[in-house]
Amino acid sequence: MKRDVTSLQSETKLIFEHSHEGRTGFQAPPTPDSLPAFELPAELQRKNAPRLPEVAESTAVRHYVNLSTRNHHIDRDFYPLGSCTMKYNPKINDEVAALPGFAGLSPWQPASTVQGALELLGELSDALLEVTGMDNITLQPAAGAQGEFTALLMFRAYHMKKGNVRKRIVIPDSAHGTNPASIVLAGYGVTQLPSDSNGLMDIEALKRTLDEDVAGLMITNPNTIGLFESNIAKIIDLVHDAGGLVYMDGANLNALLGISRPGDMGFDACHINLHKTFSTPHGGGGPGSGPVAIKEKLARHLPVPVLKKNGDLFVWDWNRPDSIGSVHTYYGNFGMHVRALAYIRSLGGNGLHAISENAIINANYLRKKLSPTYQIYIDKPCMHEAVFSGNNQKAKGVRTTDIAKRLLDYGIHPPTVYFPLIVPECLMIEPTESETKETLDEFIEVMQQIDREATETPDLLKHAPYTTPVRRLDEAGAARNLNIRYFDNANA
Amino acid sequence: MRYIPNTPDDRSAMLRDIGVSSFEELLEQVPASLRLNRPLKIADGQSEWQVRRDLTHMSEKNLSAMGHACFMGAGSYDHYVPAAVNALASRSEYVTAYTPYQPEVAQGTLQVIFEFQSMICELFGMPAANASMYDGGTALSEAIAMARAHTKRQRIVWTEAVHPSYRRVAETNNIALGMTFDVAPCPNGSQSNDTISMLLGDDVAALVVQYPNFFGIIDDLKQLVDRAHSHGTLVVFVTDPMAMGLLKSPGQLGADIVVGEGQCLGNYMSYGGPYLGLFAASSELVRLMPGRIVGITKDVDGRRGFVLTLQTREQHIRRDKATSNICTNQGLLATRATFYMSMLGPTGLKDIGVASARRTQYLMKKLEAVPGFSIAHKGVHFREFLLKVPGDARLFFKFMSENGILAGIPLTKFGMTDERGLLVALTETRTLEEMDKYVALATGYATGGMK
Ligand SMILES: Cc1ncc(COP(=O)(O)O)c(C=O)c1O
Repeated sequence: MKRDVTSLQSETKLIFEHSHEGRTGFQAPPTPDSLPAFELPAELQRKNAPRLPEVAESTAVRHYVNLSTRNHHIDRDFYPLGSCTMKYNPKINDEVAALPGFAGLSPWQPASTVQGALELLGELSDALLEVTGMDNITLQPAAGAQGEFTALLMFRAYHMKKGNVRKRIVIPDSAHGTNPASIVLAGYGVTQLPSDSNGLMDIEALKRTLDEDVAGLMITNPNTIGLFESNIAKIIDLVHDAGGLVYMDGANLNALLGISRPGDMGFDACHINLHKTFSTPHGGGGPGSGPVAIKEKLARHLPVPVLKKNGDLFVWDWNRPDSIGSVHTYYGNFGMHVRALAYIRSLGGNGLHAISENAIINANYLRKKLSPTYQIYIDKPCMHEAVFSGNNQKAKGVRTTDIAKRLLDYGIHPPTVYFPLIVPECLMIEPTESETKETLDEFIEVMQQIDREATETPDLLKHAPYTTPVRRLDEAGAARNLNIRYFDNANA
Repeated sequence: MRYIPNTPDDRSAMLRDIGVSSFEELLEQVPASLRLNRPLKIADGQSEWQVRRDLTHMSEKNLSAMGHACFMGAGSYDHYVPAAVNALASRSEYVTAYTPYQPEVAQGTLQVIFEFQSMICELFGMPAANASMYDGGTALSEAIAMARAHTKRQRIVWTEAVHPSYRRVAETNNIALGMTFDVAPCPNGSQSNDTISMLLGDDVAALVVQYPNFFGIIDDLKQLVDRAHSHGTLVVFVTDPMAMGLLKSPGQLGADIVVGEGQCLGNYMSYGGPYLGLFAASSELVRLMPGRIVGITKDVDGRRGFVLTLQTREQHIRRDKATSNICTNQGLLATRATFYMSMLGPTGLKDIGVASARRTQYLMKKLEAVPGFSIAHKGVHFREFLLKVPGDARLFFKFMSENGILAGIPLTKFGMTDERGLLVALTETRTLEEMDKYVALATGYATGGMK
């Protein structure tokens, strides 16, 4: 018998294992017989067809619907993944992005035929400039990391123009991994400074490292501990005085809407993750969108093309001799721009402020309620996320990984773990404004229960999860015995 | 506020539990001088009905390929997207999940990526593929960074028949690393010529070719690949996945890295994004790959499962030593491509290729016969060709668009000087009527004294 009594845990077939010669799920529109044949010289012809699966549409649909049930997702339950801002993704946003007048546009159409699209980009740009307090913006970067890189290239161009391109960019040790990676791609060296005992930028260390080799500073605000860098104005002045520029990693902008603006703090550039703060869905890894907002002094270096208004007409300006070039083939992830604008319009200025207010209250509520059980890293009011250390539980022989895996049994996605790197056994919890007090209370109960389990039945945690489609997976084995495609022989 | 569940009462209760008397108290770390003490100047929130009405109105100001016959290509194609792709790809399980950091509850996403990698390997004839890059241009950028890391060389040679926008993006993305770029001219539109070989040398990290090339021509590249290899140069193929049901794979031709734009695989043109950067490489280069890679493993009970693997290449582990800075990628687009390819199967892929190619041959033949028009290049064309129109191609485009046809892309759009050049693309969705209308309008345009 092929079928077993079904259980929660199961292996699924791969789509290739459903394949059956001669089946297909697609019918191409007919080609009239009168059309010439396609004659391809023998030496260019493919002999062995690519072994795509051969399945009917119904089989494919059933397979991928079944696979989908093996995912956790924000529409199913709580997803407090710190730094990722897993908020609710409104459905109207997807609907408007799919409108034929948006989804059906070729990027090569002349500006005169896409005025509605450009008007939308203009309105989104204005709203993002108002939120950030900046002077100018590019929507081109496809994600946060690309936004960082784009801004660093602009820093580079700025310094080059001044006659000294400089050598290093400074980051705190709490920085996200994309920061140092982007710095290197932009041709700079990385100087990483230890944070101070309050989890903030160490001003004295910064002073010591600043010299004419420092091209700039990258800093996340609120930082990855969830704290506002309260000395940020001073920090920025110091860097500016040394001739450097300052970049804000805007991944945590969900804490600042209508409260405080990077432009007013003195930053020269920042990126905005539309796929965090502005609700565009994460799609199991992407797409994102990472617009970069800047001060006027960097405007000449913006990537081309730049959106411009000539009278009543929106146009793309390509004629910008000091531009860094282009970082994306077209104008960025347009479908995400549509979604973000739908979100901004739905909320309005006051609504955006309310987003941050609720996100901050929710985070502080968790901070307060969980800190008797879990060690809060810095015991001060936090912004949009609360960062804990699993030290208390480690003393009982249970690691943060074990806590995370046990949460899965309770149907909750774990927080971000082991980041930022400076927090031992880190648990970074970002509830967002989307969650009800009831959900937070439930989460608190579950976290307390897991702590009790850590005391009473630590082994239970070390082998969790038990209820998920598969249990703990051998990640080291996957890297050792690399198996990253179905067919192990090449088929050309 | 329809996206914020907590009421003022909830908030008061929570603030009380937190131990503060007002929200303001929670902001004590934000210096007063840095506070925005005014409302944001953004119009009041709208009802969903208003949002839909206004954005629909904006969308209707655009001239959409969904209401016009679209003959525009250059990396963005009007192929049909099956309803099942949209139905599956709108499931919350795929749409609203994050990157699969907790594999036990992300097997859906992880298995789809594994299947995607496997399918891309099949198309390109390569042993390894990743989970996606941002788009075709950034995929090429990463290929160049990889070639630099592998060969420790700083010079790139690419042909004029490699997409000019991809080249611009790849140059921007690699310029700070000191890379230099030499363009080999393709006077006849073909990449099989001797000037390309003459630019090669022992200091070249990578030779970049496009297949079929930017002008739609299928070049025979075998000799060129061998020449590059004799210099220890890696060969990067910018490849159209839609041609892979018909053409020898880049892997068989000796490619070391294959990149491409996967928009055509079940994704919309959407004014240039979000798109899908494809990236595949030889086994030797796997550990230099950018981005996410999914591998098979087992769980503690011996069940097959999937995880992100070789993560020591990536920014969250290796930071400044990472192979790339990419974090968020184009996952949902890769997911759609997986659904699409699984329904296409080998026959569907081939059928679309043949249907597009036969339409291309037909329109080329017909337009060649129209006085004042000519086809710029000889050679076998796949689903795109360079048309020479009488006068400025921008004026011809305008004339055609007023008659319901998006006739192609004027070459001047790509910074090329040929004002008469129009790049014309055909997919399986172009009908005989549309093609005949194109020809009739062109005929009238030529004889009617070029408006
Ligand atoms: C603090 C921080 N910086 C940068 C990034 C990178 O953004 P993206 O994933 O959009 O490239 C992230 C998110 O992943 C982040 O949390």
